[in-house]
Amino acid sequence: MAKAKKNKSAKAETKLPTSVLNPAMLVEMTGVEKSFPGVHALKKVRFDLRTGEVHALMGENGAGKSTLMKILTGVYQPDAGEIIISGKKVVVPSPRAAQDLGISIIHQELNLMNHLSAAQNIYIGREPRRGFGVFVDERKLNTDAAALFNHMKIEFDPKVEVGELTVAKQQLVEIAKAISFNSKVVVMDEPTSALNDKEVAHLFEIIAELKAQGVGIVYITHKMDEVKKIADRITVMRDGQYIETLPAEGTPISKIISLMVGRELADSHHEDATHIGEEILRVEGLNRGTHVKDVSFGVKKGEILGFAGLMGAGRTEVARLIFGADKLDSGKIIVHGKQVKIASPADAVRRGLAYLSEDRKRFGIVTRMSVRDNITMPSWPRFASAKFWMRDGELHKTSTKYVDLLKVKTPSVHQETRLLSGGNQQKVVISKWLLRDCDVLFFDEPTRGIDVGAKAEIYKLLQGLAEQGKAIVVISSELPEVLRLSHRILVMCEGRITGELDGKKATQESIMTLATQRQGQAA
Amino acid sequence: MTDTTASPMETAKSGFFTTATMQKAVAFVVLIALLLFFSIFAEHFAQWDNMVNIMTATAVNGVLGIACTFVIISGGIDLSVGTMMTFTAVTSGLILTNAGLPMPLGIIGAMLAGAFMGALSGVFIAKLKIPPFIATLGMMQLTRGLALVMSGGHPIYFDKTPNYTLIAPDSSISLLIPWLEIPNGVFVMFGVAIVATIVLNRTILGRYVFALGSNEEAARLSGMDVDFWKIITYSLSGMICGIAGLLVSSRLDSAQPALGLGYELEAIAATVIGGTSLAGGRGTMLGTIIGAFILSVLLNGLRVMGFAEEWKIVVTGIVIIAAVYVDTLLRKRS
Repeated sequence: MAKAKKNKSAKAETKLPTSVLNPAMLVEMTGVEKSFPGVHALKKVRFDLRTGEVHALMGENGAGKSTLMKILTGVYQPDAGEIIISGKKVVVPSPRAAQDLGISIIHQELNLMNHLSAAQNIYIGREPRRGFGVFVDERKLNTDAAALFNHMKIEFDPKVEVGELTVAKQQLVEIAKAISFNSKVVVMDEPTSALNDKEVAHLFEIIAELKAQGVGIVYITHKMDEVKKIADRITVMRDGQYIETLPAEGTPISKIISLMVGRELADSHHEDATHIGEEILRVEGLNRGTHVKDVSFGVKKGEILGFAGLMGAGRTEVARLIFGADKLDSGKIIVHGKQVKIASPADAVRRGLAYLSEDRKRFGIVTRMSVRDNITMPSWPRFASAKFWMRDGELHKTSTKYVDLLKVKTPSVHQETRLLSGGNQQKVVISKWLLRDCDVLFFDEPTRGIDVGAKAEIYKLLQGLAEQGKAIVVISSELPEVLRLSHRILVMCEGRITGELDGKKATQESIMTLATQRQGQAA
Repeated sequence: MTDTTASPMETAKSGFFTTATMQKAVAFVVLIALLLFFSIFAEHFAQWDNMVNIMTATAVNGVLGIACTFVIISGGIDLSVGTMMTFTAVTSGLILTNAGLPMPLGIIGAMLAGAFMGALSGVFIAKLKIPPFIATLGMMQLTRGLALVMSGGHPIYFDKTPNYTLIAPDSSISLLIPWLEIPNGVFVMFGVAIVATIVLNRTILGRYVFALGSNEEAARLSGMDVDFWKIITYSLSGMICGIAGLLVSSRLDSAQPALGLGYELEAIAATVIGGTSLAGGRGTMLGTIIGAFILSVLLNGLRVMGFAEEWKIVVTGIVIIAAVYVDTLLRKRS
């Protein structure tokens, strides 16, 4: 279907203003420079995009992908460099100007108004009017939106409130909005980070349809399999520099990874579980509403316990319950053989439990505080003389020690944490719990939004912690991650634990079977 | 970050330092400019007596501003500081005049009463989860009413404690240096400001105040007892209001139960003008003191120039809007 359409739209392409130099070039960026205080974010970067192609932009976090795209979409102004759109040299002073030039971006965090309908969101600020421009023409609004969805070849009720949609559907609304501006260029920033496999497949169909209509797509992602599936070309960036542009076909994944990290990735291997000791934490019959039903398990000293399951299976909820962030309906928590009452995170920390949230920026770090204060926060009472006076010298020394130990990339411990890349922020969070000397650490999606190189480092860190005798619980939606790390894997579905697997014997298939095993259809 | 153009220390400062310091610097320059302006254009402004007037007027507002600054940095707001001040003044009056107890007990009593009522606000906010704006609005009425009830609606004069004027209007330093007639209240304000600065920057309480205001949920998940520290913060604010209550009642040599309403707005204004972010997580005590001085110089200058008293309200409004605008400008820049 997509193929048949391609020929037709190739003809339509001639209507587009054509470049003298390169007729099929939608975007050409050359010599782009950008500096922020203390950081040379982009160094003579180039990038181009042809009509009807998917161009994957890859690189570790902090490589400069987002900065480059923010320049293209008018959020930042470049210090130097040229932007040529459809053969014409342009300046993009604002996101609005980018829209007028036919460039749209779909951010990782969606920007929709939850209480408005899909149609209202799409045409926000440019609603069709009637009655001397006083009233919004709701009917036309909805038919226009319906036509738009039709054009994208998807079925969608434009009147439904956006807040009631799944993330995947919300994303479709964002894409429709982008299309409604007659965009020739659509930038997608990690669009699949919150989608399940079926939704990803659907998104790819829509991308294929857009391609067929001559739209150029810049696709930012960390996921190799996706790139192999949909990208035509791949540009790799590293440390703010342009590295190489490759055709997606025939380029092995290992080559892309090595370009991204600048080094070959060491192969994973399973640690032998000889250092596993006695049980530190056991929970029995945990219940909370419909999210957590009768969950019981234990985790031992030196063990990495994986928690697998689909999104919404209740894994995060279990961790939050044990950590005292949410209230238990019923259930027992036993730490070091003694039953304890955990009513708040403060109680949990006192018992030696730590929780590293999936949402780092909201729950993990205090973005505006320094690296030093973030690392030491749970341990502040320990650094206060007479429980009152802070010993800043020691705070400095200790946080510097952890920054060195975990190789956190930061100019100094006084740096505001928001200025660090995702992987380095995660290391800051890990540091703070190491310093607090916790026995049981819950890692919720420890590598979400973290690039390949830093991922390997985080894995090594977790394995090292287990070897030192910490009990580690890893909640992850990435099956290879769970398989690579865990000695033992628990699978959840709809609030229940549906099975336990040995880390060495488990496969993606065996996990998925359990993860989709709904109640009443036990194997 | 292989080629760091700036030295690490510079980079480290750029995020935190610029906004906070810049804003203080802007406020300070504005203060100097105002002083120069009025000295040139307002006859009788640049006279020692008038300077003493300005300092005296700033003392109470500055101390209330410090009370507000703690709460605002912690991400809250305290609308009750003005009437809390009156409540503590009346408490002091009851202890010293009605009960005839010695002066130190009046001072301690006023501060404890403030700390207790502040802690109550804290409990409403932390435990009952009432939004700070509403909780302290209620506390504003509550303390105002209590002040009237406790005093029977009449001023309480400190005729049994002749030394009471030592707290604010007397000038102990002029006994040593005769020409330097700065009232004690001004020194009290600077003393409170210095102690508050130390508490904010050098103690665990200060660290928690910043953490609360920057990201309360992250602080909670780090094992911080968020409720406890909130209660402490509001309690501290109440205690500082107690000091303001002593200053104002000493200056008037009486506890005036009808006073207090409107002081909270000037205190919040001083805080904001001084660069403390209403969103929480950022602010300084020195800034608040500069903010309080800007307000009183402006009001005094206008009065000396012959503007009607009502204009002071208009001008306060304009200054607050200008200050918040500068704040947004600076934040955008960083």
